[in-house]
Parts: sequence; structure tokens; C-alpha cells
Amino acid sequence: MSLLIPMDLEVFFNDRWWVVALKALFAFVVLLLLTLFTIWYERRVVAFMQQRQGPNMNGPFGLLQSLADGMKLMFKEDFTPTAADKIIFTLAPFVVAIPAITAFAVIPMAGIVRVPFTDIYTPLQVSDLPVSVLFIVAVASVGVYGIVLAGWSSGSTYSLLGALRSSAQVISYEVAMGLALVAVFLYAGSLSTSEIVAKQAEPATVFGVPLWFGVQLLPSFIIYLISMVGETNRAPFDLPEAEGELVGGFHTEYSSMRFAMFFMAEYMNMITVSALATTLFLGGWHAPVPFNLLPGADSGYWGFLWFVVKVLVLLFIFVWLRGTLPRLRYDQFMRFGWRWLIPISLAWTLMIAIVRLGQREGWFSGRPFWLGAAVVFAVLVGLAFFGGGKEEPAKEAGKPGGEGMGEFDAFAGGYPVPPMGDQVLPEFAQVLSGEEDLAPDRSADDQRTKEGSEA
Amino acid sequence: MGFFDPVAGFGVTFRTMFRKTFTIDYPNGPRVTAPRFHGRHQLNRWPDGLEKCVGCELCAWACPADAIYVEGAQNTEEERYSPGERYGRVYQINYLRCILCGLCIEACPTRALTMTNEFELADDTREKLIYEKSDLLAPLLPGMEQPPHERRLGDDEQDYFLGLPSTGEPDDRAGDISEAQPRPINQGWRYRRKQAAGDR
Repeated sequence: MSLLIPMDLEVFFNDRWWVVALKALFAFVVLLLLTLFTIWYERRVVAFMQQRQGPNMNGPFGLLQSLADGMKLMFKEDFTPTAADKIIFTLAPFVVAIPAITAFAVIPMAGIVRVPFTDIYTPLQVSDLPVSVLFIVAVASVGVYGIVLAGWSSGSTYSLLGALRSSAQVISYEVAMGLALVAVFLYAGSLSTSEIVAKQAEPATVFGVPLWFGVQLLPSFIIYLISMVGETNRAPFDLPEAEGELVGGFHTEYSSMRFAMFFMAEYMNMITVSALATTLFLGGWHAPVPFNLLPGADSGYWGFLWFVVKVLVLLFIFVWLRGTLPRLRYDQFMRFGWRWLIPISLAWTLMIAIVRLGQREGWFSGRPFWLGAAVVFAVLVGLAFFGGGKEEPAKEAGKPGGEGMGEFDAFAGGYPVPPMGDQVLPEFAQVLSGEEDLAPDRSADDQRTKEGSEA
Repeated sequence: MGFFDPVAGFGVTFRTMFRKTFTIDYPNGPRVTAPRFHGRHQLNRWPDGLEKCVGCELCAWACPADAIYVEGAQNTEEERYSPGERYGRVYQINYLRCILCGLCIEACPTRALTMTNEFELADDTREKLIYEKSDLLAPLLPGMEQPPHERRLGDDEQDYFLGLPSTGEPDDRAGDISEAQPRPINQGWRYRRKQAAGDR
């Protein structure tokens, strides 16, 4: 198997200019409509999750709500603070919004379609590059400049802090996101979005049915899902905005249409990362499993339907997360990103690379491999049954900050401090006299204290 | 602590999506309040149509928001609005000031002033929100006649006040009022729009 499939992107570069223009217009309109729809969709879904109705007054089912909100924003006063750097303050919303739109250019929305009223056939994708996914990742990062510039040029501390948090967050989670994508590149043998979609439509070697990378590379998919939420500054990772805690993050000083740009860009980013997830992990515009048995279920413009359905499912996950999880603290969020997400995705990527190389070199076909695997398996099973038990107390005592901490001093260093490691509050250690039946579970704590002091 | 406990919240939100919502469909349809809801005031009448208000101004004095204005006047034999000596010639409640606390109702010695459940009091000018006596007076029920007119239930006001039926029974000394229908209130915007179209 060759690692790099020769790419055939000729079809994208032979389009006539007006066909490309039409497709660009189509992508733009789709993105805008999807943005308006997503705002309504999110508000409705999150409302139902909270046993409310959500916006239901403007238009059928309240569908025109975001349009009404947009009109309202347009007629509001466009306010520029005195301390703001006028030029950059005006420029920043565009720097955020334009990359959000641009990234959609290389997303395949359907297969080969006929341009209406002509005999021209073309893929429903504005363009494709040999490095499309890299292009998306790169363009998405440009949006961070907009955030930083918006925060800095506002001339407000709140904005600046919000911008710093926002950009730190986006940059941190981009690493995990990029690593999650590497596994897909290794399996698809290409960075071009249309090639990756085509690869997922091929029957897989194991089951003989097309397998999405989301199934084949489930850990990558999960890491991508988590990091795409962090990347778009959405709940539970919406720390830069944190309505109810902060003033509003980097767009505190923005109003009117310039605020609307940020708002739209946020939703466009959501749609773009969802579309990327659809393309890379969920088989792109191809029909999902029961429907792909129908001939022509995803031919022509039908592919667009499946694409939109998959994007909406991913957007539902965004909303579901928002409706369910409380916001993380900033240090928890950063620790999760750097200490868990990135190492796990690094290890997973390394493993994928080894497996790919092994498959190519035929490591897994020989007897030594299976013997080794059997031995490892037997040892693991043995450990599961007989190992462990005795080591736990030692592990407990060896916990960071466990042993050497000594007795709990509530005013260590002259300040009131909480107990650390296996230190126990004096009430529970029975250093202070108290009601005997105050804490029924105290016996367990006492046990631990004794063990701790013995160790 | 089960294995799925950390993600159990996702199940809760997902299940809730299919539950009936708490939202009240009020402006689209009628809204029924609690029976003793403090809504718009009403100036009540005796069964023959004479007003219960005696123009004592106790409501105005009780009002913490200074929303009530009353001017009393003398009844004459030719022009009689209430059974006793005096009646409320001017009676205004300013709903821009009123906090619907109900102290005026407690203060009223003749049960002339009570509150309805109607809360649809929004309007677009200040003038419209100062309700005059004509806006506040209870509608005429069967057996009632628009004052000024003679006392129909007795020779003096004592007959009016002392002849009241026991609590919980309708005061039907001037005729059967069991068929009378209450005016629909708190019907929402569709009803209002229909009414406005009818008025035009």
C-alpha cells in the first residue's frame, strides 16, 4: 500500500471562473443561512433541555428570530470607546469573521452536481488543495489575531484579559486538534478534504462496508470533538465570555453590527469545525450506513442533505454540552488541555503510526508478534486477578504531597490554608473534642489518619 | 458512584427535551390567575345601580403610592348617585403609580372598591393610564340602572347597608343576576386585536 495516493484535484482547477464564483456564492449563502439557523436551533434546543419553549414568536416556530436580532443589532448605536485604537477596533471584527467564512471554501458539501440550467458538472466544493485541512487549521488560527486585536484595541482591561484568555485557549486546544487530525491523515494518506471523503467511502478491509474514520479512529474523533469545543470558545469551555462571571470577554466594548460580526463568527466557527468533523470523521457528504444501501442516496444534490444532517447532529452535540455541563475553571481547563488531551493524543498518534508502519512492514503477520501479544495478554489477565491489592496503601502514601506533609496546620505560613494530600481536618482527626455522633463516617477517616501517621 | 454517573447529566438534559414545557402560552391565549390576584380596581354598585362609593377618600389616604384621587360631593334628591349623603364625584386611579398592593381595598369602609383579576393594563400614553370613574365602575348587571336615580331598595341608606344578604350569597334584591356573564379578562393579544377590529 502506498502511503501517498497520487491526487487528482484537476477537476477543481478546470472549472470555469463563473462556476467557481457561483460555488463560492453558494457556500457563502449556505454558511450565512446555517448561521442564522444555528442561532435559532441552539436557543430552541437548549430551551427544551431546560423545559422552556425558546424563541417561538417570530416566523414559523420562531425561525426568523435571529433575523430579527440581526435587524435590531444593525439599528443599534455603533459605539467606539474614547480609549480605543480606532482603526484596529474597526478592523478586528473583520479579521475574526473573514477566516471563519474562508475556511468553508475547502469543505466538500456534495459530490458531482450539475449546475442548474447548464450541462456543466462540478463537485459542490469551492476548491480543494493538496493540503486543504492544513489550510483550514491555518486560516482558523488567523481568527485568533482578530480576538487579540479586538481585546487590545478596545482600551479596556476586561477586553484585554478576555482576549488573552480566549487566545490562550484557542492556541492550547489547536494543538490537540491538530494531533487528532494526524491519525486521519495517516489513514487517508492525504490532506485533501475531497480525498479524505473518498477514502471513507471505500469499503474497509475488515467488515467490507465503508467505515468512517470516526469509527475506525474513535479516540481521535473524541479528542477532536473535545478540542473543537475548546477551539470555538463554547460551553463548557466558554471561559473568555463566561456570562455571569466576566463582563463579556474580548467583545465587551463592541456593539451594533461589529458585535454581530463576532457573534456570527463564533457560530460560523462552530459550523466550520462541525463541517470539518463531518468531512474527516463522519464520511463527509456520503449517506450514513442504512441509507447508503439505496442506490443514488447521496448522488448529486442529495449529498448536500446528508452533509447538512451530519453538521446539525454535531451542532446538537455543541448545544447538548452547553445544556448539560457547568463551566470549567480556567486552571482546570488548561490542565485538562495540556496534561490530558495533548499527551493522550500524542500517545494515540504514535500508536497509530506504529500500527500503520507495522501493517506495511508485515510485523503483525509473523508468529513472534502473536506469541508476544499472547504473553502480554496473559500477564495482564494475571495482574487483573492477583496483582494490585497490597500495593494500594503504599500508593496512597506515595501520593504527591501525601507523606511529607505531616500534621495539618490550619495556619501554615501565617494564612488559613486547606488540608493537603492525606492531611485531615482537626475535627475529623479528633484532635479537637466534639460531638461523638457529629460525623457518622468518621471511623473511616480515623483509620486513614492512623495509617497515614504510621506510614 | 456508578460508571456512568459522570455523564448522567447528559441523560437528564436529553430526557427533558421530550417533557412538556413549563412555559405558559399567555399572550397567545387566555391566562387564568390565582383567584385573589391583585388586578385592576373596580368600583362596585348596589343591586339597583347606585354607587357604593361614598367619596370618603380613605382609599386615597391609604395609598402608599399616591395613585388615587377622589373628590366627594353631596347627593341631592334630584340627582342621586349613592344611597347616603355623599358620593365620589371624581374618582381616578393612576396606574403608572399604582403598585396594586390592595391597601385601598382594606381601607374602603363600604366595599365600594375591590380588585379584579385583570392585569392587562399596558397602554401607550400617560393619559390612558389614568383610569377615570367611568373606567373603574362595575358594569351594569340585570336589575341595575345607570345613576342618578331614586333609591330603589329602601327609604334610606340604612336599608341598603343592613339589608345585605349573608356572606357568599348574591345580592339579588333588585332582580335575578344569576344569568349575568363576567366580562372576559386576560385574554391575550389575539382577543385584543379582534376587539380592536370590532371597535373600528
